Amino acid sequence: MSEADGILRVRQPISVQYRWSAGPNATSHLQGLIEGRLIGKRCPGCELVYFPPRNGVCPKCARILGADVEVGPRGTVTTFCIVNVPFLGQKVKIPYVAAQILLDNADISMQHLIQECEADEVRIGMRVEPVWKDRSEWGPTLESIAHFRPTGEPDVKLGAEAGAS
Amino acid sequence: MRDVAIVGTAQRPSQVHTNLTSVELILPVIDEVVAKVGLDRSEIGFWCHGSCDYMSGQPFSFVAAVDAIGAWPPIVESHVEADGALALYEAWVKIQTGECDVAVVFSNGKTTSGPIDRILTLQTDPYVVAPLWPGFDALSALQARACLDAGVVTERAMAEVAARSLADAKNNAVAHVKGDHSVDDLLARPYTVAPLRAHDCGVPVDGANAVVLAAGDAARRLAKRPAWIKGFDHRIDTQRLGARSLTESNSARVAAERAGVGRDKVDVAELHAPYTHQELLLRSAMGLDGAKTRINPSGGALVANPAMAAGLARFAEAAEAIFGGGADRAVAHCTSGPCLQQNLVCVMEGE
Repeated sequence: MSEADGILRVRQPISVQYRWSAGPNATSHLQGLIEGRLIGKRCPGCELVYFPPRNGVCPKCARILGADVEVGPRGTVTTFCIVNVPFLGQKVKIPYVAAQILLDNADISMQHLIQECEADEVRIGMRVEPVWKDRSEWGPTLESIAHFRPTGEPDVKLGAEAGAS
Repeated sequence: MRDVAIVGTAQRPSQVHTNLTSVELILPVIDEVVAKVGLDRSEIGFWCHGSCDYMSGQPFSFVAAVDAIGAWPPIVESHVEADGALALYEAWVKIQTGECDVAVVFSNGKTTSGPIDRILTLQTDPYVVAPLWPGFDALSALQARACLDAGVVTERAMAEVAARSLADAKNNAVAHVKGDHSVDDLLARPYTVAPLRAHDCGVPVDGANAVVLAAGDAARRLAKRPAWIKGFDHRIDTQRLGARSLTESNSARVAAERAGVGRDKVDVAELHAPYTHQELLLRSAMGLDGAKTRINPSGGALVANPAMAAGLARFAEAAEAIFGGGADRAVAHCTSGPCLQQNLVCVMEGE
């Protein structure tokens, strides 16, 4: 307790600790990241492959996800933004690119960094591949991958450009 | 007013320290209730969910629950940061507006994934009570002490509530604790938070449940004997614990009067009383006579207390009593906040 300027102040830090569970359906995905593998889950209803497997449930069919499916490692940039704004705790030197990447064999995109090229070279449809951190740094997180980099393959047409409605 | 009834319920058996995510916990009860009632999902005009983000420690974690109900084609849904019984109240209002005829209400609580006694303390006012971290059990013990000192309850009467609840729980598949105990044996046990003993406090469990509400002809089509909602009211006492009498529940009394509890006999009352002395306070406030009304035949929240789902469980149990013909008129109740701060009271009848 302290008193300054006639105002009584009380310092009272609060904290609560949890036992958090990823759930049985997300566990193989997280285990894969520890082992340097990219594992998604297939919905037994619509057969879409989720990477990451969300909460273990297909939101379209409301069914528990089924079989493990190895995806990637290469993928395609579906959209991206160039970060030019500095902020507290920023780990990467600006300007840098945060992109949505659709891994091969997966049906939903995931977010990651694109590095090893100039920010203004990144484009929708660009082919990329993961650059893993040192094996000693692998854990149950997508941060086991340092970033993605261009593969140099020809671009892929996506969405309306590819003729999808 | 439209005639609205509960037409189906599903509850998950209690467990502790589940490894399932909230979504994985909810999905099976939704599937079960939809199958039981024989609903075509396209008939469901409204979904309403009750849960508490503080229990998962993740802001907006409730949004993930939409995955469990399948939001394609698009659905109409809502969430209350409260017990699922309050979600049922919202769904009942939604049906009253005429916007839909059939609604599914569900709730979940992973009560054992964090220190629930501390977490529920965060419901208290953030300026003068919450920073003291009094603990939810301790606040309830404070209330029990005030009731004992005022002569409103006795420790023996509290133990009788526990003994009856534990014995009734033997017939309840979702109960977590059950068994025959003499009142004297219970009174010989040590205090955990004086004057409360372990059996005076509801057992925290992980749980999920779901209820289907339907209006008029839809209700008659979906259930053999719908539990028609005849009265519904929600009242709140001040959040300032020192500014109200803790030895009575004024909000429960008013809610029961407005819901019409006393207008006719009550066969079954499912009261959401997470502490034994609170059942005694609620019976008194709502004018329920234990000799004429079967109180908590499920064992109540004492034998399984999934936070944010225990209130909706009372509605499910009361409705099931009407479905099965065991009751013609039943009362379901849900409390929220410390020391019976909020009370929701519902009267249901079978035809």
